[in-house]
Amino acid sequence: MSIQRLSLYELHEKFTAGEVTATEIVRAYGLRIGQVEPKVKAYITQTKDTAVTQAGALDASLKGWRKTLPLMGMPLAIKDNICTQGVLTTCASRMLGNFVPQYDATVIAKLRAQGYQLLGKTNLDEFAMGSSTENSAVGPSRNPWNLECVPGGSSGGSAAAVAADECAAALGSDTGGSIRQPAAFCGVVGLKPTYGRVSRYGLIAFASSLDQIGPITKDVRDAAFLLGAIAGHDPLDSTSADVPVPDYLRALKRKDLKKLKVGVPVEFFAEGLDPEVEQAVRAAIQELKALGGEVKDIQLPRTDAAVAIYYVIATAEASSNLARYDGVKFGLRAKETKDLLDLYMKTRQEGFGPEVKRRIMLGTYVLSAGYYDAYYGKAQAVRTLIRQDFDAAFQDVDLIVTPVTPTPAFKFGAKGDDPLQMYLSDIFTISANLAGVPAISLPCGFSRDGLPIGLQLIGRPFEEETLLRAAHAYEQNTQWRARKPVIR
Amino acid sequence: MAYEVVIGVEVHAQLRTKSKLFCGCGTVFGLAANSQTCPLCLGLPGSLPVLNRAAVEMAVRAGLALNCTIAANNIFARKNYFYPDLPKGYQISQYEAPICEHGWIEIAVGEGARRVRIRRAHLEEDAGKSVHVAGTNGSRVDLNRAGTPLLEIVTEPDLRSADEVVAYLKGLRDVLMYLEVCDGNMDEGSFRCEPNLSLRPLGQKEFGTKVELKNINSFKFVKDAIDYEIKRQTKVLNEGGKINQETRLWNLDRGETVVMRSKEDAHDYRYFPDPDLVPLKLDQEWIEGCRKHVAELPAVRMRRFVSEFGLSEYDAGVLTASRATADYYETCVGLFNQPKIVSNWVMGELTRELNHSGTDASASPVSPEQLVSLLQMVEQGTISLKVAREIFPEVYSSGKTPEQIVQEKGLIQVSDEGALDQIIGDVLAKNPTQVAQFKEGKQQVLGFLVGQVMKASGGKANPGKVNELLKKKLA
Repeated sequence: MSIQRLSLYELHEKFTAGEVTATEIVRAYGLRIGQVEPKVKAYITQTKDTAVTQAGALDASLKGWRKTLPLMGMPLAIKDNICTQGVLTTCASRMLGNFVPQYDATVIAKLRAQGYQLLGKTNLDEFAMGSSTENSAVGPSRNPWNLECVPGGSSGGSAAAVAADECAAALGSDTGGSIRQPAAFCGVVGLKPTYGRVSRYGLIAFASSLDQIGPITKDVRDAAFLLGAIAGHDPLDSTSADVPVPDYLRALKRKDLKKLKVGVPVEFFAEGLDPEVEQAVRAAIQELKALGGEVKDIQLPRTDAAVAIYYVIATAEASSNLARYDGVKFGLRAKETKDLLDLYMKTRQEGFGPEVKRRIMLGTYVLSAGYYDAYYGKAQAVRTLIRQDFDAAFQDVDLIVTPVTPTPAFKFGAKGDDPLQMYLSDIFTISANLAGVPAISLPCGFSRDGLPIGLQLIGRPFEEETLLRAAHAYEQNTQWRARKPVIR
Repeated sequence: MAYEVVIGVEVHAQLRTKSKLFCGCGTVFGLAANSQTCPLCLGLPGSLPVLNRAAVEMAVRAGLALNCTIAANNIFARKNYFYPDLPKGYQISQYEAPICEHGWIEIAVGEGARRVRIRRAHLEEDAGKSVHVAGTNGSRVDLNRAGTPLLEIVTEPDLRSADEVVAYLKGLRDVLMYLEVCDGNMDEGSFRCEPNLSLRPLGQKEFGTKVELKNINSFKFVKDAIDYEIKRQTKVLNEGGKINQETRLWNLDRGETVVMRSKEDAHDYRYFPDPDLVPLKLDQEWIEGCRKHVAELPAVRMRRFVSEFGLSEYDAGVLTASRATADYYETCVGLFNQPKIVSNWVMGELTRELNHSGTDASASPVSPEQLVSLLQMVEQGTISLKVAREIFPEVYSSGKTPEQIVQEKGLIQVSDEGALDQIIGDVLAKNPTQVAQFKEGKQQVLGFLVGQVMKASGGKANPGKVNELLKKKLA
């Protein structure tokens, strides 16, 4: 099989066995990127030339010796809102069009210490605000399964790059579904870890209490492998949890769901769910049962409030997180301004796209004197209730299974005029961010039009192992993983 | 009409931590612009704050000394506003849950003392500094100060005159300096005060409209600005006018306050809990641990020195003005129970040398043990008081012990009668005239003879012994 068709873990094994060199790996991916990237447009910045040089040096230094670090020579793509020292990091925003960080995000420092190769920085909705990459200042990425469809978002570039074999695996970030929804749209695996499982240091903040970095990969084993590489407590991030990191690959040894209780929340199978998606997800639930899972209906009664309170909390935090883009210290500064206020206004007018502006205004409003209690205060109270819903559900079950999205990937422009329709496409993923619990998205079928459909498994805090075990068992007993997009 | 003045005060005290409140950058004053910065203090994207434990400890110590309740659950909040020297677009502060609340401090008012209630004291980070260089276009921003830890201390409206405000500020500054949580330097902005002031007709319960005063960086300006503002408001009210709720700046050159901004321009800071920082939980045991480090405050310690050591109020005041000096003194007295003698030495010789080398008692090259050994040598008659005074500068600067210096220089006092007999014999033989005069009843000649003996001994003779022996010989 050609190098770029291998999974990250398979490639790692071949490299460790000395069957392939770092240079061969990078060249193979370089070639692949050259072929399909003009159509997919997954990357904002490509660094494959640097990678070729580094790979040569790595091969020379290794010679015959093959006892390597886990990610040595492994070609990865990184979402362009994660800081990479010396490499442009734009958040797909004009505001940061010239921003080159002086520092690595903690996840990048970890990957670097394990010898990874950076292939490039992937496209996203500006500042991770969106569900289609249509909000990117450099234009959207395309879905490798159908170039007329969105790849999802905000980590659409990362998901498209993995699906199109333009990298062995990628990192994304997930604030309300931004890893899982594009993974579902592109037919790959996306894992949003427990809040605090992975350091946020160097992740350019959208909504600090919801953001979490995670892997987007070709299969479940890769997700386990990559999560192990980036997880862990970080003294630079006060919200990262001091909880030991288990060996996630070990969790894959059990290839069934025996003794696992799987909850199906009735609220997630309501009006608006595309029949093809429902059918695929229900079939997957039958498969989980066949694998030994004990399936039962559960309730998450506050689900209907999730989207509303998400757009209060996330925008409130964003309005404050994005205040630093003022044209004073870095990034864009508008020209020919007459005074300080003019500098602020013109810089932010020119630097931010319409969706970012919409969310800043919404967030500013909900924090304003006189409105705080009615919006932000109430949203926090409901968030607590949603957490309690999950706590209660997890008394009963070990896993919750749901669709990832109401529909498969939609066409460009399909929801462009209606922000609310776009927001509702995150309806099944948002709750996990509000509750801080881990969730994984993996392929569970295809629509008649040949578009992938995703299955979501949600777990208890810091029990990614259970998610990975169940997802892996399902994946190994189904054939979805074998299908590959034909990019044309 | 007669009015009562009602004043509350906000103080921003810079905590004396080595590093900033949320990053590892230094806090030294006056370095090259932007040389003490990192991604966090520059507000670069992706950077995250991590709370400085030392700042929390200092805030708790100050709170305990000010008789405050310490919050078990602390929340940091973002105060959002745009300004070029505020790199993140928000300041991390505390809003609904300050670390210290409901305290008080006793201040001296006239002959008596009274309590000023402290409403709250909270931790926050400082902003940077905008620099406007004359003759250049635009402004520059220096972010060295951005992120420096501050304790904002707010009183209840308990103060009634400029003198009371000054007494409060002096008392508060003393406390903070004594606890070593703030260096109290007003010129460098380490202790900044913002009084707010209103008038109400005598006997009225409701407060009048209050005005905040800024740009006051000395005790004298505090008094001048408040006195000016009282006159201004009295005049406005007497003329039937209304006081506007506003912030006014003290203009030193004109000796008056001028409007900076009115209430209508007030920001909506959109405070909300900072999601980058987890709530800070302080358990009671830890707080009690901090209490052990809260030193006895100067006023209390001064009174104790008077009663315990029998010192004058003046001497006790001098010794307790600095915590280091007071600690040094107490250590010495613990080793050598002669409080008055020790106080003379600490306030005299030691302080002179410390001032000379620009250091304080905690860094004294002469340890309390060494000073005490010197004093013991005097008490035991091993050396004279004069010799002790003379060699002290050398003990201070040479790093040698007093014993070493006394040995090396052969300064041990001669009290041996045989040795003294010989010197006295020589002196009497050389001064027959004076001997004759003494025998004729001229007692004062004795002093001269003692002096001659001391001189002949190179200052080492024990003067008491010489006196005694001379009298015996001349009898």
